[in-house]
Amino acid sequence: MNSPMPNRRLVLRLLGVVVGMFAFGFALVPIYDVMCQAFGINGKTSGAAYEGAQVENSAREVRVQFLATNNIDMPWEFKPMADDLVVHPGGTNQMLFVASNPTDKPMTAQAIPSIAPSNAAAYFHKTECFCFSQQILQPGERIEMPVRFIVDKDLPADVHHLTLAYTLFDVTDRVPPVAQVSPK
Amino acid sequence: MSAVIDHGHAGHDHHHGPAKGLMRWVLTTNHKDIGTMYLWFSFAMFLLGGSFAMVIRAELFQPGLQIVQPEFFNQMTTMHGLIMVFGAVMPAFVGLANWMVPLMIGAPDMALPRMNNFSFWLLPAAFALLVSTLFMPGGGPNFGWTFYAPLSTTYAPESVTFFIFAIHLMGVSSIMGAINVIATILNLRAPGMTLMKMPLFVWTWLITAFLLIAVMPVLAGVVTMMLMDIHFGTSFFSAAGGGDPVLFQHVFWFFGHPEVYIMILPAFGAVSSIIPAFARKPLFGYTSMVYATASIAFLSFIVWAHHMFTVGIPLTGELFFMYATMLIAVPTGVKVFNWASTMWQGSMTFETPMLFAVAFVILFTIGGFSGLMLAIAPADFQYHDTYFVVAHFHYVLVPGAIFGIFASAYFWLPKWTGHMYDETLGKLHFWMSFIGMNMAFFPMHFVGLAGMPRRIPDYNLMFANFNMISSIGAFMFGATQLLFLFIVIKCIRGGKPAPAKPWDGADGLEWTIPSPAPYHTFSTPPEVK
Amino acid sequence: MSRHPRVWMGLLLCLAFSTAEASWTVNMTPGATEVSRTVFDLHMTIFWICVVIGVIVFGAMFWSMFIHRRSTGQVPANFHESTTVEILWTVVPLLILVLMAIPATKTLIDIYDTSESDVDIQITGYQWKWHYKYLGQDVEFFSNLATPSEQIHNQADKGEHYLLEVDQPLVVPVGAKIRFLITSADVIHAWWVPALAVKKDAIPGFINESWTRIEQPGIYRGQCAELCGKDHGFMPIVVEAKSKTDYEDWLAEKKAETAKLKELTKKDWTLEELVARGDKIYHTTCASCHQPEGQGLPPMFPALDGSKIATGPKENHLSTVFHGVPGTAMAAFGKQLSEVDIAAVVTYERNAWGNKVGDMVTPKEVLELKQAEEQ
Repeated sequence: MNSPMPNRRLVLRLLGVVVGMFAFGFALVPIYDVMCQAFGINGKTSGAAYEGAQVENSAREVRVQFLATNNIDMPWEFKPMADDLVVHPGGTNQMLFVASNPTDKPMTAQAIPSIAPSNAAAYFHKTECFCFSQQILQPGERIEMPVRFIVDKDLPADVHHLTLAYTLFDVTDRVPPVAQVSPK
Repeated sequence: MSAVIDHGHAGHDHHHGPAKGLMRWVLTTNHKDIGTMYLWFSFAMFLLGGSFAMVIRAELFQPGLQIVQPEFFNQMTTMHGLIMVFGAVMPAFVGLANWMVPLMIGAPDMALPRMNNFSFWLLPAAFALLVSTLFMPGGGPNFGWTFYAPLSTTYAPESVTFFIFAIHLMGVSSIMGAINVIATILNLRAPGMTLMKMPLFVWTWLITAFLLIAVMPVLAGVVTMMLMDIHFGTSFFSAAGGGDPVLFQHVFWFFGHPEVYIMILPAFGAVSSIIPAFARKPLFGYTSMVYATASIAFLSFIVWAHHMFTVGIPLTGELFFMYATMLIAVPTGVKVFNWASTMWQGSMTFETPMLFAVAFVILFTIGGFSGLMLAIAPADFQYHDTYFVVAHFHYVLVPGAIFGIFASAYFWLPKWTGHMYDETLGKLHFWMSFIGMNMAFFPMHFVGLAGMPRRIPDYNLMFANFNMISSIGAFMFGATQLLFLFIVIKCIRGGKPAPAKPWDGADGLEWTIPSPAPYHTFSTPPEVK
Repeated sequence: MSRHPRVWMGLLLCLAFSTAEASWTVNMTPGATEVSRTVFDLHMTIFWICVVIGVIVFGAMFWSMFIHRRSTGQVPANFHESTTVEILWTVVPLLILVLMAIPATKTLIDIYDTSESDVDIQITGYQWKWHYKYLGQDVEFFSNLATPSEQIHNQADKGEHYLLEVDQPLVVPVGAKIRFLITSADVIHAWWVPALAVKKDAIPGFINESWTRIEQPGIYRGQCAELCGKDHGFMPIVVEAKSKTDYEDWLAEKKAETAKLKELTKKDWTLEELVARGDKIYHTTCASCHQPEGQGLPPMFPALDGSKIATGPKENHLSTVFHGVPGTAMAAFGKQLSEVDIAAVVTYERNAWGNKVGDMVTPKEVLELKQAEEQ
């Protein structure tokens, strides 16, 4: 037999490939998150507060629209205080969202933000957001939750209109607390 | 190629006969026995998956709900897909590899015979588990063979855990099979059998095996993530915890697209042996065939998102995946042109294997055309998730993978059984399959373009005519496969004795040994010049 | 390339036995928008290129199969290599692909247009219905399958728009740029209307964007295009395009309807009236899971006929419908249905089939529950 490599070593190498590819499958998770944030795939925004400062470009106007959607099991009232806001890129803005728990049990909620058009997501910076942490409301409790954001001054010129959509999920029964699992 | 063989002395071969009884099959490490078991198993799964398809087509025979309820219909489409992909097509090719790769490269057996036995016996366990989910409370998997989250996680029936475990078992089996094929091809070639002298079936299987060990672990990874999401509170695919359901699709199709080529490349290889045999002319462009196969395999890793054009990928992403997908047409085209040139100015006869091989080339090319249309992202917005897609992938899988397997089976049956199969019945099987298959799947292009989504149990009246034709074709195709069973059994039990080389134009080491192939072959390696 | 698929259709009609043309449709619709026509043209271009290549390649193969066979006494040639030919048939297809890629890229860029829109509509997929919300207009509603279950179960003749009809269509103005913001409240769905060439996945937790500009008034039908569970085949989409003025009228009417519904809530309802209304609501909203006769599909969807909830205390029954049952397939209908409809359907369930509780839940009680929770 003209074995270039003994079976044993070959099999071990191939098993190495198998283990490597299994790990690669899991590595795709953080790789995907990085790609999403870099290219705004799926309208994902950064899960961390934006630290930078920008100069306001008062010559340009962008309309930011706010949507609030409840996931199917979520009985809370959840809505923005206004449908939209016209902002200047570079400037800091704030919008309040109202949430109330109509049930007779304390509940925990997590809001998940998403931006349309998705290529604008990388240009939308939240300096403060209720979506960075979970919200716990007692029965009948109502809160106003702020999101403060900057639309990047380099927002592509063809984008005149941004939509910031939140979906509210009931995470009361989820253990461990999901905030730790969400991107940093 | 010529070979020195020493096989006429089976008489004093006392230590080499198969063991007797059931334990022969349970404990066997003989590549021919294991190949046979793989082939029978895959045929059984083909009939089971096919009977699920019959349920689907019976429900779709007319508009309205007649036979099954929607939730059971969804279980049928899911099981049909899973069983055909993992139970019928893949094991059939592993069976062919087990039988033919050692014979083609002059090896005495597979490199890892005990692992070979284990990888086969995992399969019945995996499929018993999978099929048993149908009888569990809440029913079996009902989320499509692509099992997109969150339908397959948060919203899945409880049996999903067993489904995940079954997929793990199939994955382990495939990976072991692939490692075995690689080790056999790299280590056990007869002296003088250089890589570029290997028959194309061996080449395509080598490349397929590398694809398998690259992507089956990714599939294992994605179902493991599902398992963790369902039972251990992680949020890989759940937006509520910072995950993303679209991530599931990316990881799944990173496995799924190479998987498509796993199901077709070995058929390319087999057809590349069969066409030259019946054209009595060497294969045109052997070297370019090898390179084309390798480029298809490479490209299969960078096109996955063309399954996801409608999920909302940024423009640059859509363009990249569209261009990359279109590129696959080039090496695929090279293959088709090479086969056509092999036939050109040959001296052709059309025995059953050749009929299936020629139908393979033509119909697979039609599937290739619709594939090219699907690659065009803006047009895909209209085709995506319609019956046009169903037509497309059945055109590449039925006349592609399945006809490739039939062609191989008829081509090598004389070698396996020592008898010639019944040529008249073989031709009848071909023509019935050919007509049934086209009748079943061609009209699906029309209903898909006219707007019928896939995976629906009921439809508007405007789709009724073509659906009825499809169903009739499907019943015909399904029934015809029982004829194949009959032909194979008849061939095993008797028939005209087959000479060592029943096809005068065939070439390769497997034809240098007697028919039926002795239990042990190439104990002394042949010499290949 | 042809704008009309006549040639192709003609060929195929030979195959057809001849009936109503509609049922032998073999091609994509050119649609009702500029984008859909561009997509259609692109589709036909690629199709004809494939046909030409197919005719050449298959023609050569068939020629070869007729001429180069042993029975005609053909002696096999022995050529098996030609680098020139190999290069040729790598480069030529590549050039053809480039030709195809150019119009495809152009079309794709047009589709990704992000200019300002005139009407914004949020589309949310639910198992198994669509919810439409006109942003900034205070108009929102669910759109359910309107085909009666007798037609689906073959107890009645199927209508022309079988499975493609809804109780409340999405109404839009013609000529305006309409922006769709698409998401989902449960699993992944896909919103698809062939005539608009719009197909976008509705993904829970994420928002997707698409747009259209319809030229002619008309009714355009589509379906959910992503497997979303049991009734994936039963959640159609109907878009009704109206002239600008008709659209404004419709919008005003819709707003008035919301006000009228509030009136209805205050009205004193009799048991019979509520049961009659509840019958309709039950069959559009509840019957797909709990089944027309209330027998359910255990274990996923429990029976209502004789169930503890539907025959027990009415507060409990109302609360179940209003809040749903977390962790099961039972959704919270408190926000999906009006007070009248919730009252009607609960009353119906308590008095239909073998259930003979005899009491009723009034719209006022539902309103009180709602108000209590909003404080």
